[in-house]
Amino acid sequence: MTDANLLDARRVTKRFGGLVAVNGIDFTIPERSIVSLIGPNGAGKTTFFNIIAGIYDPTAGAIRFRGRQMIARTHRAFLEPFLWVGPAAVMALVAAGAGLARAPVTAVVALGFVALLLLIVMLLGAVARPLWYRRLLVRAGIFRSSRPNDMVEAGLGRTFQNIRLFHNMTALENVLVGMHCRLKANWWDAMLSTPKDRAEEARAEIRARELLHLVGLRDRDGELAKNLPYGDQRRLEVARALGSDPALLLLDEPTAGMNPRETQEMMALINKLRTELGLTILLIEHDMKVVMGISDRVTVLDHGEKIAEGTPDEVRRNPRVVEAYLGAPAA
Amino acid sequence: MTAAAVGRRGRRFGRDEFRDVLVRHRTVSILVGMSLVGFLLYFLPYVPPFSLFNFHQAWLNSFASAGVFVLLALGLNVVVGLAGLLDLGYAAFFAFGAYTYAYGASPFSGNHAPFLLMLFLGAVVAALFGLLLGAPTLRLRGDYLAIMTLGFGEIVPIVFLNTDEYTRGTNGIGGIYRPDLPILGPFGALDNFKYFVVMVFIITITMILLYRLQDSRIGRAWMAIREDELAAAANGINTVTTKLLAFAIGATTAGFAGVFNASKLTIVSPDQFLFAVSFTVLAMVVLGGMGNIWGVAVGAFVIALIQSTFLTQLNQFVSTFRGIPVLDILSRVNFIQYQFLLYGIALVLMMLFRPEGLFPSQRRRMELRVAEELDPEAEAKALEAAAASETVAGGGEPTDPVVVGAMGPPPGSDEDTARPYGDDRS
Repeated sequence: MTDANLLDARRVTKRFGGLVAVNGIDFTIPERSIVSLIGPNGAGKTTFFNIIAGIYDPTAGAIRFRGRQMIARTHRAFLEPFLWVGPAAVMALVAAGAGLARAPVTAVVALGFVALLLLIVMLLGAVARPLWYRRLLVRAGIFRSSRPNDMVEAGLGRTFQNIRLFHNMTALENVLVGMHCRLKANWWDAMLSTPKDRAEEARAEIRARELLHLVGLRDRDGELAKNLPYGDQRRLEVARALGSDPALLLLDEPTAGMNPRETQEMMALINKLRTELGLTILLIEHDMKVVMGISDRVTVLDHGEKIAEGTPDEVRRNPRVVEAYLGAPAA
Repeated sequence: MTAAAVGRRGRRFGRDEFRDVLVRHRTVSILVGMSLVGFLLYFLPYVPPFSLFNFHQAWLNSFASAGVFVLLALGLNVVVGLAGLLDLGYAAFFAFGAYTYAYGASPFSGNHAPFLLMLFLGAVVAALFGLLLGAPTLRLRGDYLAIMTLGFGEIVPIVFLNTDEYTRGTNGIGGIYRPDLPILGPFGALDNFKYFVVMVFIITITMILLYRLQDSRIGRAWMAIREDELAAAANGINTVTTKLLAFAIGATTAGFAGVFNASKLTIVSPDQFLFAVSFTVLAMVVLGGMGNIWGVAVGAFVIALIQSTFLTQLNQFVSTFRGIPVLDILSRVNFIQYQFLLYGIALVLMMLFRPEGLFPSQRRRMELRVAEELDPEAEAKALEAAAASETVAGGGEPTDPVVVGAMGPPPGSDEDTARPYGDDRS
C-alpha cells in the first residue's frame, strides 16, 4: 500500500473481435492528481475507462488499484468448477458409503439432501460472489477480474458520458443509491427496522444532503432526476459517484453539452473535489480549455495507442498530438 | 379519512400533511389501517347490498380466499413493480408453498406438522426455488426474462402432474389437515372467521415488512436496477444478489399464500397453479398500481372478489331474465367463462386511460403523468432560475452563494488557467 500511484495499468489491451480498441496502454495515476485522457473520437478513451471501471474485461494486461491487483486475465479459472462440485461430491460419496454400510434409509436420504444443498449453495455463491466465496477463490489461487460493484467498493467512482441517472428517482435517492455499498444494513435489518438500520439511514440522508450541497444542488433533493436541467443532472451524477466515498473519480466528459458558464462551474467543482475531499480524478474531456486548465498530466490516445503523455504544455507542443487532431502537415 | 385534515387546512395542504404522517409512521398506519379494514370487512356483509346476495359466512370465506391473491400480488409487486423483473411464472412459487404444506400435514405423507412451522417452511422452500429460478435468469432482461419465467411456471405444475407417485397427479393431495393455532384453536371446515383473521394477520405483517424493505437501501437498489442496471452496478450495487433477493422475497410471499391456501382448501392439485394464476396476479398488480403496496393490495382484493363472488352472483342474477324477450340472451351467458375477456378489456382500458393503475404510487404518478403535464412549467422555472443566476453571476460567479466561498480558486484565476489554450489557438 506504499504505492505512490493510486492506479497502475500495465499493457492493457482490449480487442472486440478484430478491432483493437485499446492496445497495450501503460498508464498511472498518482495520488491526488487530476489526470486527463484525451484523443480524437474513437481513440479508445471510453473503452479504457470501462476497463478500469470493471465493465469490460481486458484481453490482456493488468490493473492495480490502491496497491491491489483488481483487473487482469482470469487465472486458474479451470479450477472453479471443482470448487462448485467438490463439497457436494464429497457429501454424495459419504452418502453412498453410508448406503453401502447399510445405514438407515432416512440417514442416506438426509445426506443426499445435504449434498444437493451444498451444490446449490456453491452455485449460488459462484453467481453472486459474496465475500466468503471470494475468499475461497483467493485460497484456491483463482483470480477473477473485479466487477463494477467490486471496483466501487474498492474506492472508484464514475460518471457516464451520456448521463445515466436513475431518472424516476429523486436527486436525494440517486445519491443514496450511490452510497449503497457503504451502508451495511441487510434485508433482515431493514425488515425489522433495527435501531442500527434507522441510525444508519438517518446518517446517510444527512451525508447525501451534504453531497448535494457540495455540488451545488441544495433545495433540489426532492426533484425527480429527469426533471432537473441538464447541467444539474451532470452535477447530480458527480454527487452520486461521490456517495461511495471514492478515492479515484472517473469523469467521462463532465462538461459535454454545457454552456461556458456551466463549464466554468464544473471546473471549479472538480478543483474543489481535489482540494477539499482529496480526490484523485481521471478525466475524459473534449473541451481543451477544461483539459489544459485543470489537469496535472495529460495522456493522449489515438487508435487505441498512447501517443503522448506529460504536462498540458508538453502535450500541446507534441507534434504527434497535433497530427492526431489536425492531420499530418501537407508538406 | 382525510376529512379532518382537509377541513382545517384547505384541500391540498391537508392531504399532503396527512400523507406525510402516514409515511413517517408507516408501521403504525398499516396496523391501524389493516385493523380498520378487518373490522369493516367483518361488518360489511351485514349491510344491505352485500347482505342480499350472500351469507355472512360465505362472504368471510371469499374474503379469506381473496386474501390469498392479495398476498400473491404483494409478492409479485416486489419482483415486477420494484425490481422491474417481469415474472410470468409466479404461480410456481405458490405451488411450492402449497405442496410443502401438503407434505407436511396430510394423511398422504403421514406427517402432521403444526401450521405455523409449515407456514415458515413453505416460505423457505419457495424462497429456495425463487433463488434457483433467479440464478439462471440474471443475465436476461425484459422479454427474455419473461419467457424464461414463463417456462418455469409451465414446468412446475407439469412436474407435479406427472410425478403421480409422489403427488397423486391430477387428483392432487387431498385431506390436508387444517391449522390448529394457539389462541384460535383447531380450525373446522366452517370456521371462515378464523381463516379470515389469520389472513388479515399475515397480510398485515407482510405489508409492514415489505414497506420497510421498500424504504430501505435494498428497496432503493431494486428501483435503481429497474431504472438502469449498468448504472446501478457502476454505483456499487451488486446487481446479482439484489435481483436474487427480489426473487426470493417475492417467492417467500407466494409461499405463505400457498401454505394458507392449501390449509384452507385442504387439497392441492396441479390445476390450481396454472398460467392463469400467474396472469391473474400480474393483472392485479398492474391494475392496482405497480409499485404501490396498498394499491396492489386493494386492486388484488377487489379483482379477486369480482372473480369469486361478483361474477357468480351476476350469473344468478341474469339467469332470472330467462323468458324476457330481449334480455333472454344475457341469461345464457356464463360470466365466469368470460372473466379473462373481462380482464383483457379492463387491462386495455387501463393502459389507455390510466396506465399508472387504479391506486398508483406517488412516484409512478409522477413518472407517467406529472412529467408530461408539468414539463412546460418546469422548463419555465428552469429558465427563470437561469436568468436569475445570470444576473447574480455577473462576474462569472456560481449561483450558490454558499458554494462560492468554498469553491477554491476564485473565478478570475479559472479564467487565467483556462486561457493558455485559447492563446495557442489564436
